[in-house]
Amino acid sequence: MSKAKVLVVRAPGTNRDGEAVFAFEQAGAEVTLAHVNQLIRRECNLFDYQIFVIPGGFSYGDDIASGKVLANELKLKFGKDMLKFVDDGRLVLGICNGFQVLVKSGILPRVQKGETPRVTLTNNDSGKFECRWVYLGVNQKSPCIFTKGMENMYVPVAHGEGKFAGDLKAITEKNIAVYYTDEKGNRDAGYPCNPNGSVKNIAGICDDSGRIFGLMPHPEDHILGTQHPQWTRLGAKKYGDGLPIFQNAVKWVKGI
Amino acid sequence: MHRIEIRLKNYLPDARGLGLVRDIADLSIKSVSNAIVTDIYYLGAELTKAQLDLICRELLADPVTQDYQFDSLSDEAKQAGNYVIEVAYKAGVVDPVEETVMIGLHDLNISGVKAVKTAKQYIIEGKLTPKQLETISNKLLVNPIIQHVIESGHFAFAKNPKYHFKLNQIDLLGADKAKLEEIRRNYTFSEIELSAVRDYYLQQGRNPTDVELETLAQTWSEHCVHKTFKAKITYDGKIVNNILKSTISRVTRELNKEWCLSVFLDNSGVIDFDGKWALCFKVETHNHPSAVEPYGGAATGIGGVIRDPLGTGLGAKPILNTDVFCFAPPDFPQEKLPKGVLHPRRIFKGVRAGVADYGNRLGIPTVNGAILFDERYLANPLVYCGTMGLMPVEMAQRGKHKPGDLIVLVGGKTGRDGIHGATFASEQLTDESGSVSFTSVQIGNPIVEKKVIDILLQARGRGLYRRITDCGAGGLSSAVGEMGEETGARVDLDKVPLKYTGLNYAEIWISEAQERMVIAVPPEKIDELLRLCASEDVQAAVVGEFTNDRQLKLFYQGHQVADLSMEFLHKGIPQWQLKAVLNQPKYPEPDFAQPRDLGDSLKDILGSWNVCSKEWVIRQYDHEVQGGTVIKPLVGKTNDGPGDATVIRPVFNSDKGVIVANGINPKYGQIDPYWMAASAIDEALRQIIAVGGNLKQVALLDNFCWGDTRKPEMLGALVQAAQACYDMAIVYGTPFVSGKDSLYNEFECEGKIIAIPHTLLISAMGIMEDVKHSISMDFKNAGDSIYVVGGTKNELGASAYLETKGLIGNSVPKVDPARAKALMDKLSKATEKGLVKACHDCSEGGIGIAVAEMAFAGGLGAELNLKSVLLAEKIDRDDFILFSESNSRFIVEVTPGSKAEFEKIMGDVSIGEIGTVNETNKLEIYGLNGCKIVSETINDLKEAWQKPLRW
Repeated sequence: MSKAKVLVVRAPGTNRDGEAVFAFEQAGAEVTLAHVNQLIRRECNLFDYQIFVIPGGFSYGDDIASGKVLANELKLKFGKDMLKFVDDGRLVLGICNGFQVLVKSGILPRVQKGETPRVTLTNNDSGKFECRWVYLGVNQKSPCIFTKGMENMYVPVAHGEGKFAGDLKAITEKNIAVYYTDEKGNRDAGYPCNPNGSVKNIAGICDDSGRIFGLMPHPEDHILGTQHPQWTRLGAKKYGDGLPIFQNAVKWVKGI
Repeated sequence: MHRIEIRLKNYLPDARGLGLVRDIADLSIKSVSNAIVTDIYYLGAELTKAQLDLICRELLADPVTQDYQFDSLSDEAKQAGNYVIEVAYKAGVVDPVEETVMIGLHDLNISGVKAVKTAKQYIIEGKLTPKQLETISNKLLVNPIIQHVIESGHFAFAKNPKYHFKLNQIDLLGADKAKLEEIRRNYTFSEIELSAVRDYYLQQGRNPTDVELETLAQTWSEHCVHKTFKAKITYDGKIVNNILKSTISRVTRELNKEWCLSVFLDNSGVIDFDGKWALCFKVETHNHPSAVEPYGGAATGIGGVIRDPLGTGLGAKPILNTDVFCFAPPDFPQEKLPKGVLHPRRIFKGVRAGVADYGNRLGIPTVNGAILFDERYLANPLVYCGTMGLMPVEMAQRGKHKPGDLIVLVGGKTGRDGIHGATFASEQLTDESGSVSFTSVQIGNPIVEKKVIDILLQARGRGLYRRITDCGAGGLSSAVGEMGEETGARVDLDKVPLKYTGLNYAEIWISEAQERMVIAVPPEKIDELLRLCASEDVQAAVVGEFTNDRQLKLFYQGHQVADLSMEFLHKGIPQWQLKAVLNQPKYPEPDFAQPRDLGDSLKDILGSWNVCSKEWVIRQYDHEVQGGTVIKPLVGKTNDGPGDATVIRPVFNSDKGVIVANGINPKYGQIDPYWMAASAIDEALRQIIAVGGNLKQVALLDNFCWGDTRKPEMLGALVQAAQACYDMAIVYGTPFVSGKDSLYNEFECEGKIIAIPHTLLISAMGIMEDVKHSISMDFKNAGDSIYVVGGTKNELGASAYLETKGLIGNSVPKVDPARAKALMDKLSKATEKGLVKACHDCSEGGIGIAVAEMAFAGGLGAELNLKSVLLAEKIDRDDFILFSESNSRFIVEVTPGSKAEFEKIMGDVSIGEIGTVNETNKLEIYGLNGCKIVSETINDLKEAWQKPLRW
């Protein structure tokens, strides 16, 4: 059986592309890394792939606002293709800056033409970029393909603008795929368990189909057991908590 | 022109505004109730209302959180009683946001916008005196080096100045004594250097051009050729000919390790990693620019050192950053600040932000560092930035270009930024430096650099160039001058892409504009290279070619403006002759009685600026990106304990790792620079051992920051420190592979000279066979035994403990490298066998601090008995045993079942089992006479340690 085909797109300032590629490779996919210009110039065909990934980083320096310029390019230069890609039943994953891009381009949650976006990702309440490990709970009622069968995970965040905010009527409870918790799984543990002040401790959301998933934390930085910050205390597992996200996606497109 | 205001919706909390209110309160101004920070964009175009709405809605404002308005002022700004300060960049300072806005406008199909400028508007609510307003403006909002206050809305785009070519010759041959002295000072030559230059031009039978003298001045600057380290020094009746060759690089030569692939030759030192990959490492300083513009100075510091690995061999991928800062204490009284000096707190915050913003954006994890405080860094803060790179081993050697290869400048455009940075870095600062040196300071554009890295690594893979170097200090002059040394080069300066018009040919040649690399491209590959660069919107320009005449020839619009012999440029500099003397100061010995309760002393040291937690800084660096960090800078049960070294797995599919560590203790240097250097090396190596490494393949880097070495006692200290580098490293078997120095770190203020403490940073990289053997410093299990490995001496001189008493003392910690090496080798063996549960380097604050840190990092208590500490000489005071800073010691946790084997492996090494780990949540220590001298909860100890820098 042929491998799942993944396209990881990078833009000027993308910097977690290497880990996204590695994560999907570990999950058994065939991964292509392409520059956004290749997509804009149609040198790279989106429809050759089953999974489209926007990794973390500081696209265009995050000048103006995080992910904004890349979001506009996505929307204005190949927005139609993007929507067709999704409506065809393929998967889209946005991590950190990629999540910001999905939200600000109106892909997740979907903003219809002429509508104004109602949610956004904005400055952390702490006013700072912070790199720390967080516990995530998985919403069992969410249809998210990527988190199927998972209950929780321990993964790092590294961002300054990760606060999910706005009018929560734009989404429903089932769109909340992952949320911040404390070590024991309690959802309202406050800062720093919720590292940015996101409303309802939202760490990541998906669309109603569960095929578009965006999150601020970095599951691709916890693929190997030795990436866990406390492996010297707890013992090193072979694989990290983030790997199932990528395995789920690969499994799904292979129809297993 | 249009002016656009973007601001948070007024019902949302404004973190920036609140931060400003806090910072204002820190200035002892308590009457400010609120502050609003607004982003301003000036667009140089005539646009319709519909267009402006589109731009605001779709690009500049977030509809969920922000409001916008254009061509009018907000109600808050107009409201009587509110203070409005709008701060814009000065003309000539290029703000990276402008370029992104241009891309965004282009995406929206908005054309005709000629220029974009950003500004910030601060609206301050509260009652302020004009004096207070000025203080807020000067101390917090405006850095006059790069910014100025404008009246809101009254902004004008700078006109593009014209430049008409005119060759500028300097009448060197006809100059009288006064004129010669003026030339000497203008180009910062020493007297013998100017005389060599004059002889050269006498021989040529003509006068030099300005750009020729600039080239010579830059190439011969201390920053670029390390004249002091290569000087002939008379010291203690002996001649030291070239410190570099006779100490630092001598270690490398004599050890002759086959895994040293490229040392002291390229932009960074290269060692073998696993036969397939090579690692290179470089640490630079960016002190002077950071003193006058902390954010920009530090950002361009990190940006510059990242280009060193990229410019090593055929180009390495940057895989980690390190940073070490030295500042004056953040609580330094505002009113005692000398004129022209920024407050250390502002420097600290600015430097941290500059390093983080640049490093984070480039996706390079910042994983190791240190922050030190001493009042003598007030006017000369030190900012060390390091970068390690990874490259295929067959690309580790510096490339060889051929005559006919094209000189291609890749990356950022050239502006007036950073002109005279190389010579500025080699000069003393004065209270006027701020105003004269503005062109030396630049704002970095990390995304341009990221694009350059991305593209050059692809070009490397395709073999599109034969040689690469970075455009650092000295700009094109340095890069092309060095590359062309063996061949010759010709450059057409008018082909260099410029940020703005008006630069003359000499400015183009010496500009230190950031984010530029120079490569030598074979003519048959040039089309492919230019196509590749264009595909990712990276600027690349052919600016000349390498020749075979060993001359450096520069042209502007067809006019020749320089014709210099490469031989003279690189070999013509006369060796300096310097004098050095040894100056050994004596300080009063401590004569205070031992405090009864050492718990308070413990907390005093934990809460001192040098020892306290640096989590506030570390968290704001991305230390996870690239996914390779195996032992992180913060470790332990709640990820907030102070890790020793960092372990990185640079290649995902291999278990092989690299350990990064640093050693630095300028306090010891005030007693004895020799033992300071020895201690720094021992400390860097201890950290490598502490995380589970060994000494089999460890390479060192030296970075000296010193005062004015033209003074014999300063130079004497330098000679001493360099000698220690040789004496230690040769025994440890650890070669130096790269280094750098920054001298003349002195500040003159009202006739008084403040010199920095002698500061030597030793950075180390060690190869680890299997990262799964790494250990961390946090206590793991109740019931485990605690050992002190290594003998303790009465070595409290310049210790953290005496510092809390306002004392220095004289008994500086010494090193016996042969014993230390034997100890480290044995401890590595025990660690490799899995016998060590936790290990911590015993450094500042000695046993007391190390055990306290291990306890609160592990969330466990401990009980210690000082009677069991193995003393290498008689000490009869508990406080001295507890806080002695003797080198080559470790605190080690061993499970009861492993004790026998551990002790057997340690053999004749001095070890003492001093106590056990427990679950009491308390650290309890018993003194020599059996009395309890410390009884503190680990929460209290941790709080004392975390509190000072919880900003």
